[in-house]
Amino acid sequence: MADIRNNFIGIKSPNPFWLASAPPTDKAYNVIRAFKAGWGGVVWKTLGEEGPPVVNVNGPRYGAIWGADRRLLGLNNIELITDRDLQVNLREIKQVKKDWPDRAIVVSLMVPCVEDAWKAILPVVEDTEADGIELNFGCPHGMSERGMGAAVGQVPEYIEMVVRWCKQNTRMPVITKLTPNITDVRKPARAALAGGTDAVSLINTINSITGVDLDSFAPQPTIDGKGSHGGYCGPAVKPIAMNMVAEIARDPETHGLPISGIGGITTWRDAAEFMALGAGNVQVCTAAMTYGFKIVQEMIAGLENWMDEKGHASLSDVIGRATPNVTDWQYLNLNYVAKARIDQDACIKCGRCHIACEDTSHQAITSMVNGARHFEVIEAECVGCNLCVNVCPVEGCITMEPLAAGAMDERTGKPVSPIYANWTTHPNNPMAKVAAE
Amino acid sequence: MATGHFIEGIAGGRLSSEQYAGNFSDLHPPLDHHEALVESDRCYFCYDAPCMNACPTSIDIPLFIRQIATGNPLGSAKTIFDQNILGGMCARVCPTETLCEEVCVREVAEGKPVQIGRLQRYATDVAMSEDKQFYKRAEATGKSIAVVGAGPSGLAAAHRLARHGHEVTILEARPKAGGLNEYGIAAYKSVDDFAQAEVDYVTAIGGIDIQNGKALGRDFQLADLMRNYDAVFLGMGLGGVNALRADGEDADGVSNAVEFIAELRQASDLSSLPVGRRVVVIGGGMTAVDAAVQSKLLGAEEVTICYRRGQEHMNASGFEQDLAAANGVTIRHWLQPKRVIAENGKVSAIELEYTAMSGDKLAGTGERLTLVADQVFKAIGQSFVPAHLNGSEEQIELEGGRIKVDAEGRTSLAKVWAGGDCIFGGDDLTVSAVAQGRDAAESIHRALTSNGRA
Repeated sequence: MADIRNNFIGIKSPNPFWLASAPPTDKAYNVIRAFKAGWGGVVWKTLGEEGPPVVNVNGPRYGAIWGADRRLLGLNNIELITDRDLQVNLREIKQVKKDWPDRAIVVSLMVPCVEDAWKAILPVVEDTEADGIELNFGCPHGMSERGMGAAVGQVPEYIEMVVRWCKQNTRMPVITKLTPNITDVRKPARAALAGGTDAVSLINTINSITGVDLDSFAPQPTIDGKGSHGGYCGPAVKPIAMNMVAEIARDPETHGLPISGIGGITTWRDAAEFMALGAGNVQVCTAAMTYGFKIVQEMIAGLENWMDEKGHASLSDVIGRATPNVTDWQYLNLNYVAKARIDQDACIKCGRCHIACEDTSHQAITSMVNGARHFEVIEAECVGCNLCVNVCPVEGCITMEPLAAGAMDERTGKPVSPIYANWTTHPNNPMAKVAAE
Repeated sequence: MATGHFIEGIAGGRLSSEQYAGNFSDLHPPLDHHEALVESDRCYFCYDAPCMNACPTSIDIPLFIRQIATGNPLGSAKTIFDQNILGGMCARVCPTETLCEEVCVREVAEGKPVQIGRLQRYATDVAMSEDKQFYKRAEATGKSIAVVGAGPSGLAAAHRLARHGHEVTILEARPKAGGLNEYGIAAYKSVDDFAQAEVDYVTAIGGIDIQNGKALGRDFQLADLMRNYDAVFLGMGLGGVNALRADGEDADGVSNAVEFIAELRQASDLSSLPVGRRVVVIGGGMTAVDAAVQSKLLGAEEVTICYRRGQEHMNASGFEQDLAAANGVTIRHWLQPKRVIAENGKVSAIELEYTAMSGDKLAGTGERLTLVADQVFKAIGQSFVPAHLNGSEEQIELEGGRIKVDAEGRTSLAKVWAGGDCIFGGDDLTVSAVAQGRDAAESIHRALTSNGRA
């Protein structure tokens, strides 16, 4: 049986599935339920400084978009950090950690961007015996307007400064949580590393408006006729999050920096993909908020099963395995040629491949052959773009088949070259490094 | 004393009022809003969609389903009505399992087609419940057209003609408009007086005058219409019922299934409608199934359909046959009626003969079977009665015993068009009748104007 125990920057948990800092981890009641369900760890919902807690809106905090059958694809929220008293949170954290010593408890923090504020909160968190802290530099709404959250996360110098304060004032491992609301995620990651962070976690939520009420012309979620951008998360953000994880994992300056992957993880497969791209563990929120804590049981069993099937003994056999395969476009092999192929036995003749190709692409799929409804790839026109595969409703019906070296590419009329050749050496590239042969 | 199912002979009041109400409730209850969204999401929006090509009225099915999915049921209804103004009834009575849903790619892929009929009902119900009228009449053309018969083809023709600005008079023999929608469909397929609601919805466009109790050949002649109107559309359906050609079929208790069905549709109190304890229905089409199932639902103890050929030859669709079986109707094949046995003038049994194919001809085997029966329904097809056309000075050309028309619905007479069950080559479907009425109306419009320009 595969060993899925997780050791993330020295923080141990029985599995790599943590709950992200969010409503599911706001109080002991929820966290205990999560641990009973099997979650390996939690990042306790963000604590603020001592004093009157923040207040939340009293209307809708969440907005959403849905797919077929109202399946939730994307969720956004305008909730702030915990609105419970700091001391209550600290007492609960201490008790839960005492009762569940094998589970990871990391405490998310967000206090004003002055050193004294951090010096004040760190010792009281240390006192809970929590396993570490996560710096919330990501929250895109409310707190950012007060100079915290994303307001810090969008300025690499601030990130470095705050991380350094934390490292100087606590023995606890520091995870720096990054906002995706920037242009190049490598910059804040590098800054966190420069400040001495033990790890980064990403992504936090993405600025978003989930909808507009077309009667009141108000953005959603709507509070008394007005709306504000909220943080977007859920399955819809997974591709964006995975790219950011990969960018940090393969950046020479941050390569090797531990990453806790976050963003739309819903199944074991999502988790495995994040880890393959370089995440040392994963954090989940929306999936739990949609289906409840029980989903972790599917994640644990699914991950173990896949690792057993593939012969991966432990998570270290998986983590980062896909990172070397993420490259820049200019290094992709331009001599690789693939053609779409339609399995006629699997084809249900919906014609979507045809109309997608005909209307919007390369006119490379028939709709009628000898007077009969028939969808077939015209190899001489197929550029191998994969659009037909993506629009086909039948999984596995259309596949991209690579042409073997030496085979004739009917589109170009030339045989497929066995030699790897990319844009950097292509004759059409005015900046080509080497002349093409 | 025997009660309920077990009362001998033909009797009413076999069931409680709750049982009648339950038995004759909607066969396919309407989809609610969420169900409609879930179902519409299943549609793949196929290119050159097979469902659309299978629809006799060529409704743009992928488009109307997408309009439901995007929260535009009124737009969806308009997409349907653009092609089929009786889309509401067709949603209820179309044998979708042999039309659009049979060729749905999801049927091919998983044996579970998108429920096109129920989605069509959803959209049309929304529009009709809001009495949303989509069409304004064109400027008056000054032309007037007579339509014979207020059934599906006549109503479809009338609506399209009225839209084009013509004045339409519908002459209908029966007391109510609707044709087979009103008189000829099982009650559980058209609940809540839907047929009349649809007639009102269709005629709300204006310019359509329905005159009831006016029968061709009895109250007026075709030649009168040809003289008094700019054009005539014949859509009077089939007036005759085929005979059993079995001895003793005049006995009490032997009747036409179509009349039973009509009577049931018009009954205000189902308990007053008598039905036999043991009912035998002769035939293999939709009418046979409608009569058999409804007999059972009225409380008959035992209902048997006897069909002279095999299961694969039945005109009733697989769905209808299953419906009959699910309701406890026994379907027996390869049996033809030979003799109705009567006691005191009332049917007591029917004697049938087994049949088999002898080469390519059906022949009796000589072996006989007697089924006890106190009621026998004849459902072996209807026929066109050309005698009603006799008043016309010029004879209209027939083919196969029905009116011959060309692709546009033109008959052999210059000013006369025809559609629906009375024409040759029809397939006895409401939806085909609608298509024929609509297309004939377009042909009439082209003929009366110069290529469609008034």
